[in-house]
Amino acid sequence: MKNYNLTHLEQLEAEAIFVLRETAAQFERPGLLFSGGKDSIVMAHLAYKAFFPAKSPFPLVHVDTGHNFPETIEFRDQFVDKVGSQLIVGLVQDSIDQGTAVEETGPNASRNALQSITLLETIESQSLDAALGGGRRDEEKARAKERFFSHRDAFGQWDPKNQRPELWNLFNGRKSQGEHFRVFPLSNWTEMDVWQYLKKEKIELPSLYFSHEREIIERNGSLLAVSDFVIPNDKETPRREIVRFRTIGDATCTGAVLSTAANLDEVIAEVAASRVTERGTRADDRRSESAMEDRKKQGYF
Amino acid sequence: MSEDKNYLNMDLLRFTTAGSVDDGKSTLIGRLFHDTKAIFEDQLEAIEVSSKKRGDEHVNLALLTDGLKAEREQGITIDVAYRYFATPKRKFIIADTPGHIQYTRNMVTGASTANLALILVDARHGVVEQTKRHSFIADLLGIKHVAVCINKMDLVGYEEDAYIKVLEQFTDFASRLENVTDITFIPISALKGDNVVDRSENMNWYKGPPLLYHLENVYVGSDFNHVDARFPVQWVIRPHSDEHHDFRGFAGRVAGGVFKTGDEVTVLPSGFSSKIKKILLADQELDEAFHPQSVTILLEDEIDVSRGDMLVKPNNQPNNSQDLDARICWFSGAKKLKKGAKFLFRQTTKEAQVLVSEVRYKIDVNSLRKNEDDQELGMNDIGRVALRTSQPVFWDSYRRNRNTGSFILVDPFTNETLGAGMLR
Repeated sequence: MKNYNLTHLEQLEAEAIFVLRETAAQFERPGLLFSGGKDSIVMAHLAYKAFFPAKSPFPLVHVDTGHNFPETIEFRDQFVDKVGSQLIVGLVQDSIDQGTAVEETGPNASRNALQSITLLETIESQSLDAALGGGRRDEEKARAKERFFSHRDAFGQWDPKNQRPELWNLFNGRKSQGEHFRVFPLSNWTEMDVWQYLKKEKIELPSLYFSHEREIIERNGSLLAVSDFVIPNDKETPRREIVRFRTIGDATCTGAVLSTAANLDEVIAEVAASRVTERGTRADDRRSESAMEDRKKQGYF
Repeated sequence: MSEDKNYLNMDLLRFTTAGSVDDGKSTLIGRLFHDTKAIFEDQLEAIEVSSKKRGDEHVNLALLTDGLKAEREQGITIDVAYRYFATPKRKFIIADTPGHIQYTRNMVTGASTANLALILVDARHGVVEQTKRHSFIADLLGIKHVAVCINKMDLVGYEEDAYIKVLEQFTDFASRLENVTDITFIPISALKGDNVVDRSENMNWYKGPPLLYHLENVYVGSDFNHVDARFPVQWVIRPHSDEHHDFRGFAGRVAGGVFKTGDEVTVLPSGFSSKIKKILLADQELDEAFHPQSVTILLEDEIDVSRGDMLVKPNNQPNNSQDLDARICWFSGAKKLKKGAKFLFRQTTKEAQVLVSEVRYKIDVNSLRKNEDDQELGMNDIGRVALRTSQPVFWDSYRRNRNTGSFILVDPFTNETLGAGMLR
């Protein structure tokens, strides 16, 4: 008899497509969180594959801190044009202007935490009942306990101690009015799987992921790109380095790594040899031991 | 083959472990991670700091898996944690669960997607109640492969006698298991690294492979049912565009068997038949599809098909009934399962209402004894139950097919998942 085996990437893809289709079937208005980062690009690609030749039924939702790398926004807009999806942008600045979010102050101020507020406001104003995210269980210890279908109460809160058991491929997306779900089709992927899949599927990425020269400063162990949002203080000396980014988020807390990896093959080789997790470059996770769990309880991605 | 192309040939193994504080499970996972470079420096640094803060003498590798604040505070695992590592040959997904009886539901959850159960036995104590419980749950959830790691061999002088004793005890007990067909015994010391990644030089009497080699090579491909063709329809794709005006594709994941272009299929429940015109994975046309592929199937004829329907072969149809016999694991602390209770029933992509017609018996997960006098299932209980659904369900026995033989019960008021079941 023929050997009916799938490779690990084929199995992960099949699982993610199954979850995306369940999301379309079980919810009335699901949206796909799109940051222009590699995980959300993979998600959009999988959504394309899941519903071909129909268009993906998910609008793309970008929660924008305003502290972007210009390359990300440029990529986002081109991408949206190409796939023809609706783009919904939630601006953190709007939340600040309305007084629902208050800007942090001090040298390490970041709008990263405020994204949760804007995200919940966007979910409410757009009547979204599910938000698809590219979160993976390998990223962080609190995420290791996350479900594929993760329930959020009417306040957008996650209750990690009271999660619904999830068995086989049977997902329970039932909820009461005002509640919503976060759905994570890439739960079982690792950073390496994402890179290998990007390569296998020949998916285009923002240039920030590949090595380039940039002015940076070192702050709390992270290499931050100097920009309008990251201004060196008296003790910090900017220098030019060949760097790339392993994750792309808010420019004030997304650290670069020194790297000469200029294409996907070189990035894969670098990830394979790396001894630090990709979130190791994220200042937002370093604030405390349970920083991620605390933010997630409040409605973070 | 160059190393960067290896990933196109890697496959995937999902396994589950269960254990309590002292049996060395965390040490074993820690060692597998460490020796396959799945622990990163920043993670190691973070748990070193936490271990010191807690006053632990050694780096506490359990902190790597116990991710929630409550777990760290109480020093216990309270949920299933999914962990990942890879070798050039395979990617591994570990469902790491607590081992105490009050976490039976977590063990059941972790085992539901696993192909192999890794069971740790302390060489000094032999097969104990917990060993039996873990093995029974693995068997109940249809796991065919069990790797029994006889741990702490360093503490019994690496003597073969201790290994033989456990092997005999376990083999005797395993004769009562239904699904487990492949049991491998490996003498190890997770702490010292004997037979975990590399062959131990302390136990030359053991001729088998070390644990990692076994995990890399155990063949699980034939565990999937490639005989009974089952395709539960998830979603109907209709593009509503000029270019694809007449396109109607049935999207879903093959739950069993093989579907080929040209195959005759019957749609359940309508009973209409047609032939497969095309099988698509996005824009790519496939000759055939099998579990666990997610594909889109196009039929020759225009017949009514919607979510919850199932495509099968005319000469190989699933059971079709409203009366069901199942083993159920109950999760809820707030509600009990008893005769007359009504729930929502979800199996494949189908939803129905269900009534508990009878609780036949409860199973003691330690002794495997049946108790027919106890007619209620509470949290963590496992029992045999008769159900009646509001409409016909298409199913196979769980032993034959995990995908079409499993279901969950949902509370129609709170929407919580209350229990999970396996059809007989």
